[in-house]
Amino acid sequence: MHSTHVLVCGGTGCHSSEGDKIRELLAEKVKEKGLDGHIKVILTGCFGLCESGPNIVIYPEGIFYSHVKLEDVNEIVEEHLQKGHVVKRLLFKESYVDGVIKPVNEINFYKKQTRVALRNCGLINPENIDEYIALDGYQALSKAVTEMTQQEVIDLVKTSNLRGRGGAGFPTGKKWETAFKYSADQKYVICNADEGDPGAFMDRSILEGDPHSVLEAMAICGYAIGANQGYVYVRAEYPIAVHRLEVAIEQAKEKGLLGKNIFGTDFNFDIELRLGAGAFVCGEGTALMESIEGKRGMPRVKIHRTSHKGLWGKPTIINNVETFANIPVIFQKGVDWFRSIGTKDSPGTKVFALGGKVKNTGLVEIPMGVTLRDIIFDIGGGIPNDKKFKAVQTGGPSGGCIPEKYLDISVDFESLAELGSIMGSGGMVVMDEDNCMVDIARFFLDFTVEESCGKCTPCREGTKRMLETLERITKGEGTLENIDTLESLSGTITIASLCGLGQTAANPVISTLKYFRDEYEAHVNEKRCPSGTCQSLLEYFITEKCIGCTKCARNCPVSCISGEIKERHVIDTEKCIKCGTCMEVCPAGAVIKK
Amino acid sequence: MEFQFDLEANKEKIKNFKIFIEKNKGKQGALMAVLHKAQDQFGYLPKEILNVISEELKIPLSEIYGVVTFYSRFSLIPKGENQISVCLGTACYVKGAQKILDKVEEELGITVGGTTPDRKFSISDTRCLGACGLAPVLVVNEDVYGRLKPEDVKEVLDKYR
Repeated sequence: MHSTHVLVCGGTGCHSSEGDKIRELLAEKVKEKGLDGHIKVILTGCFGLCESGPNIVIYPEGIFYSHVKLEDVNEIVEEHLQKGHVVKRLLFKESYVDGVIKPVNEINFYKKQTRVALRNCGLINPENIDEYIALDGYQALSKAVTEMTQQEVIDLVKTSNLRGRGGAGFPTGKKWETAFKYSADQKYVICNADEGDPGAFMDRSILEGDPHSVLEAMAICGYAIGANQGYVYVRAEYPIAVHRLEVAIEQAKEKGLLGKNIFGTDFNFDIELRLGAGAFVCGEGTALMESIEGKRGMPRVKIHRTSHKGLWGKPTIINNVETFANIPVIFQKGVDWFRSIGTKDSPGTKVFALGGKVKNTGLVEIPMGVTLRDIIFDIGGGIPNDKKFKAVQTGGPSGGCIPEKYLDISVDFESLAELGSIMGSGGMVVMDEDNCMVDIARFFLDFTVEESCGKCTPCREGTKRMLETLERITKGEGTLENIDTLESLSGTITIASLCGLGQTAANPVISTLKYFRDEYEAHVNEKRCPSGTCQSLLEYFITEKCIGCTKCARNCPVSCISGEIKERHVIDTEKCIKCGTCMEVCPAGAVIKK
Repeated sequence: MEFQFDLEANKEKIKNFKIFIEKNKGKQGALMAVLHKAQDQFGYLPKEILNVISEELKIPLSEIYGVVTFYSRFSLIPKGENQISVCLGTACYVKGAQKILDKVEEELGITVGGTTPDRKFSISDTRCLGACGLAPVLVVNEDVYGRLKPEDVKEVLDKYR
C-alpha cells in the first residue's frame, strides 16, 4: 500500500514545460532512496491551473507545488518525501499565506469550482483503466446494459435535463430518443472531439485526463439508441489526446468493456478513432460526418435530422466530449443530484477554458449560474499588471464580446444569448484596456474567412467583404458608411448562410459594434486607435527622456530619425514605417507610441 | 519553388505505404486515414504518391486534390526539417502572437505555409494548440515555447540552425 501519492500534472500546459520529465526524475529519485514501497508517483491529466505549471500535488496532505523545475526535484524528494519538511519556496503563491500552508482544495481557484465533467482529471492516471474502474468507472455502463431497458436509459438522461455542452445546449435525452425511435439496420454514435474554437481546450483536457469516461458514455448512448459502432473524431493537432484515446480503447477492449457481448449481454459496441485534418468547419455536425466519410468537410443542407439520416445516411448521434463526460456520473449519482447543481433550465456545470489577460489562466468548471465576475476575478484572480478589464469573449468565433457592465449576469445558455454571445464550447478570453475591439473583430473575421468551406455564397463572399472593411478601418482608411455596410452584411450573412459557422460568423462584429461603437468611431472619425493596437494609426514619438545615444537612428530601417549625439532625437513621422524598432532598441525607454 | 520527390530513395517507404492502403481499402471513408498516413511517411503529399492513392483506392485524382487542399494539415510541398507552428488562437492573439509570427517570418525570410529553400525550416500558423495558459505559444517540432516575446524568437530559432 502506498501511503503517499505524488501527482504530477500531465496536461498540455504542464507537459510542454517538462512535466513528464519531472515525473520521470521524481520516480527515479524515489526509487534511488528506497522509498518506492510507500510513495507512488503518477502522471495525471490536467489540474486546471495551467498558468502556474508544471504543477505537483502531494497527497494525503494536498501540498501544492507550482512552477516546479527539474532542478527542484531533488529538494522535493530529500526534504519533503524523506524528511517531511514542506519546501515552502515552491508552494503555489496562494497556498502559503502568513506562514500557513493551505491544502490544494482550499485555494480560491479550486474552492469555487464544482468538478463533474473534470471529476477524474488530475486525480487518476489516464493510461491505466484500473484507476478509472477503482473510481466506479464502467459501473454506469454495467447498470445500463444489464438492468435497464433502452427507454429507461433515455428517460434517465431526459429527466436529468443535460443539455449539449458543444454550444447550442440542445437537450441530450431528446436527441437520443429521436435516434432510438427511428428504425434502421445500422446506427452510429459520434463523439465530436474536433475542438477548433481558438482559445478553448476543455475537450482536450478531458480526453487527456479521463478518456474512459467518454468511451463509457458513448457505449451507453450506443446501447440506448441501438448502435454498435462509435467514432471519435479528434483533431490531429492533439497528439497526446489521440495517444491516450488509443490506449484507452485498447484497454477497454481487453477487459471486454468494448467489443462483443458487453457484460455478458448481446450488446456489441466498438469505437474507432478518426483524425481531423485542420478544418474548423468540421466541428459542425454534418461537415464532420462528410469528413469521416472521406470527403471535404462541407456541411450538408439539413433536410433531415442527423438523428434520422446522418453518417452514411444512417441515424447518428453526435455529442461533444464534455456532454459525454457528464453521462456516467449522472447514472452513478442520480438525476436528483445532477439537477441540484446549476440552474433550473441549465442543470449541471460548464467547463471553461479561461485565457487571455487574466492571472490564473486555466481550466475551470463551475455550476451553471455563477457570474462572469466570479469566474474572472475570483477564480481567475483578475487582470494582471493592474490593467483595466475591457471585455470577455465567450464562444469563440461564433460568440461575442461582453463588456464590463454585464459582468454580474449569471452564466447559462439563455443569459449569454441575450447579450448576443453564446456559451459555445466554452472558450473564455479576457481582454484588457490594451486590446482594440475593432482589431479583435478583424481577428475573428480573418479566422472565419480562412475557415469558411466556401459552399454557400453569403459566408464565402460576405465574410470576405466584412474582413476587407474591417481591415480598412483598422488602417485608418474607414468611413462611417463602412460601419453601415458592416451592419447590413452582418444581417444578411446571419440569415442566409447554410450552416452554423456562417450563421454566427458576424457575431464578433455585431457584439463589438453594439458595446464598443465608440472605438469604431474613433478609428473612422479621428483616425485614432484608443487602445494603441492598430499599428497604422499609431505614431512613434521620442520624449525628453532621450539620452542621445543614437541607437534608434542607427537601427531605423528607413533612416527617419535624426539628432545630434547626446541631444534629443526626432522621428520624421512622414517617413516612419511604424516598425517599432526604435522603441525596442531604446535603452532609456524614451520612445513611446500614441 | 519546385521541390523534387525522389522515387528511388523512397522505394521502401512506398512499398510499406501500399501495404497500409491494402489493409484499409475495405474501410468506409478510408481516404482521410490514407492521406494522414502518407503525410506521416513522406512529410508531405507529393503528386507521385497521390497518383498511387488514386490507383489503389480507385478515387479520381481530382477528387483527392479536392480533399487535400481543403484541409490545412495536408501539405503539397515538403515541410522543413524543423517545423515551426505559431499558435494564432484567441488567447495567444490577445497576448501578441501576431508579432511573434511576424518576427519568425522576418528571421527566416519566408511566409506562413512556406519552406526555406534549404528545407531546414517551414512555418505554419495553427489554430489553438490548447495550451492557452502559456500564451503566446510557438512550437518547433515537438518542443513548445510559451510566454514568448518577439525578442526571444531569434534565440529559439538559433537552437535549430
